[in-house]
Amino acid sequence: MVERAHNTPGPSRELLSDADIGRVVDRIAHQILEKTRGARDVTLLGIPTRGVPLAVRLAERIRSFEGVEVPHGALDVTLYRDDLRLRGARPLGPTSVPAGGIDGRRVILVDDVLYSGRTVRAALNALYDIGRPLQVQLAVLVDRGHRELPIRADYVGKNIPTAHSEKVSVLLRETDERDAVVLHGGDL
Amino acid sequence: MIRHLLSAADLDRDTATLLLDTARQLGQALTGREVKKLPTLRGRTVVNLFYEDSTRTRVSFETAAKRLSADVVNFSAKGSSVSKGESLKDTAWTLQAMGADAVVIRHPASGASHRLAGWVDGSVLNAGDGTHEHPTQALLDAYTMRERMGRLDGLRVTIVGDVLHSRVARSNVLLLRTLGADVTLVAPPTLLPVGVETWPARISYDFDAILPKTDVVMMLRVQRERMTDSFFPSVREYSRRYGLDLRRAALLPDDALVMHPGPMVRGMEIAPEVADSARSAIVEQVANGVLVRMAALYLLLSGEKGAE
Repeated sequence: MVERAHNTPGPSRELLSDADIGRVVDRIAHQILEKTRGARDVTLLGIPTRGVPLAVRLAERIRSFEGVEVPHGALDVTLYRDDLRLRGARPLGPTSVPAGGIDGRRVILVDDVLYSGRTVRAALNALYDIGRPLQVQLAVLVDRGHRELPIRADYVGKNIPTAHSEKVSVLLRETDERDAVVLHGGDL
Repeated sequence: MIRHLLSAADLDRDTATLLLDTARQLGQALTGREVKKLPTLRGRTVVNLFYEDSTRTRVSFETAAKRLSADVVNFSAKGSSVSKGESLKDTAWTLQAMGADAVVIRHPASGASHRLAGWVDGSVLNAGDGTHEHPTQALLDAYTMRERMGRLDGLRVTIVGDVLHSRVARSNVLLLRTLGADVTLVAPPTLLPVGVETWPARISYDFDAILPKTDVVMMLRVQRERMTDSFFPSVREYSRRYGLDLRRAALLPDDALVMHPGPMVRGMEIAPEVADSARSAIVEQVANGVLVRMAALYLLLSGEKGAE
């Protein structure tokens, strides 16, 4: 779930700095290698917008740590969302599934923020229309709580307890000017 | 987003670009999949209301709606209450009562889709009204050009043939102009409509001279079924002056594209060798038609609650 609140007025607090994000991505890459025993059958699929560059970064880290080439791509879930009728037509994001497909692969979905879980629900449905993965895991940079569905992440960069009134913005160099996780609004 | 798609003139540059981008992303989303279907319009009803025969366009809209999981009801004039004398307005009310979320209409009278849009609550998509407009055809043509040539801005497009009876030509001129292309119309004077000089396009009667300065040439079918008069002396003379044969195709720049909205009359406006050549995008146009129509249905139909 991408929070689009980069210009939200009011108080804001930086929760993760540029260097923090670097370390967190390093750690998740190590955890993936550990948990999947070398990531040989792993395919990383980022959920647009910011899950896509995160998936690329994880693939780069895994390559530099253990020399394993992990196929990575993008999976847009807009057409599978449950709120299309409520929130209006949205522009679609890119989708690119790596050449080998996902059949029999250990697919790790990558997103920036885990919130209600609805985006992940949509991603799971999208995934099963594309093929039959061996296993599906979830990696997120930030878990801010408030799940509305029975979904949990396998790899979490940082757990950030939040109020509904607050907004969590993930900024990444690929799409924004810098790397940071910022909390806006609420009673800071 | 607009509620109906009636005319290419309703689309500003941003909306048209959004439609083309969405079509492209839908194409990506459907590539290499096991299930060639998206759940986006599940539970929505799309009615195809066709007062004129058109297998190509109807099947394209039907496929597009089904790929988005909408329910499709086909309503053709033959063998329906229309042939028993029901007016368009009464048919509209019937569709309204059935709860159609979108009506795709093809009608021999220019302006029919505009009238229908005033009578139903759902979205109306013009699939061709008389000699007036055919906006989704223009969108799929623009999409095909952009995919093959990489751009539309400054692209030199030449549209050749029966402009008078062609809704495709009018919609294309309007949309291509919005998207920044330079359009030239080539036709015998008898097959140009009154007022064509006010269109945002150049006019030429010399096909050979224009070809070397053309990036995309679009051949139109001579619509004999709409002709009540003789507009040219003979098929042979038309073909010789305005047909795209091998000699003329050789005058085009090497990377130029040949297009035709179909159905084509081989040997009349286009030689078979040209239609089947590598530079022809005629088959792609058909495939792209489904993507563009999916994009239109998606953008018109999702989020009608709250968005307005």
